[in-house]
Amino acid sequence: MDQLRRTFLKSAGVAGSVVFAISAGLLKSGEVLAAAWNTNAFTAKTIADAMAASGFKDSVESKDIEIKAPEIAENGQVVPVEVASKIPGTTSIAIFVEKNPTPMVGSFELMAGAEPYISTRIKMGQTSLVRVAVKAGGKTYSATKEVKVTIGGCGG
Amino acid sequence: MAGEMKMRAALSGDVAEVKVLMSHPMESGLRKDAKTDKLVPALFINQVVATLNGKTVVDAQWGAAISKNPFLGFKVKGVKAGDKVAVEAVDNSGVKFNGEVAVA
Repeated sequence: MDQLRRTFLKSAGVAGSVVFAISAGLLKSGEVLAAAWNTNAFTAKTIADAMAASGFKDSVESKDIEIKAPEIAENGQVVPVEVASKIPGTTSIAIFVEKNPTPMVGSFELMAGAEPYISTRIKMGQTSLVRVAVKAGGKTYSATKEVKVTIGGCGG
Repeated sequence: MAGEMKMRAALSGDVAEVKVLMSHPMESGLRKDAKTDKLVPALFINQVVATLNGKTVVDAQWGAAISKNPFLGFKVKGVKAGDKVAVEAVDNSGVKFNGEVAVA
């Protein structure tokens, strides 16, 4: 059911994107995108819309998602974020910044032995909640951490 | 130069911790060029696939809010010394970048 929903969400959200990519010369015929880029999620302007478009609607708050990020980020252009999920069967991790113009930062599908851990550096435009959502065992969970930003990272 | 990838994979037991540093401007399209006062067009890596001995372990989609010169760290279980970890990144203009490292 979840797979059907995910497929529906993907195709509804990015209908024609593979065709577009081929015609725009982005895809050579014969190549296959690992997973079509979720335009709807990445262009959504609210965190609720971004989470819904990426399959994290109605995610349950969980204390088993660890977010390591600075209390205060001196430079909003480069905020280190480390995420670990202790929820068994975690297959996907996504990062959102609530107050960014487009809250979705990235999603990471994990498989074939990848541990539920991701470390990266993100841009934050202003002090905001960083929300991490996780898919595990057919359900979704999330947690937040506030990061204060002294110099914003989204524009000039 | 955009496209350079530095990778390290360190083994601890049978878990490899992989660190990848890529060169890329990761332009969001929201930044103004100080000289021309025009918006710098969006140019950012939007897809990253990591494999272990050819099998996909991480399949990531990125937006422009991943920092310039992106860093990615992940861990894979069931790994032994000599196993190959490869990363392929693609940006929104279709340019691809690759890196590979043997687990030490």
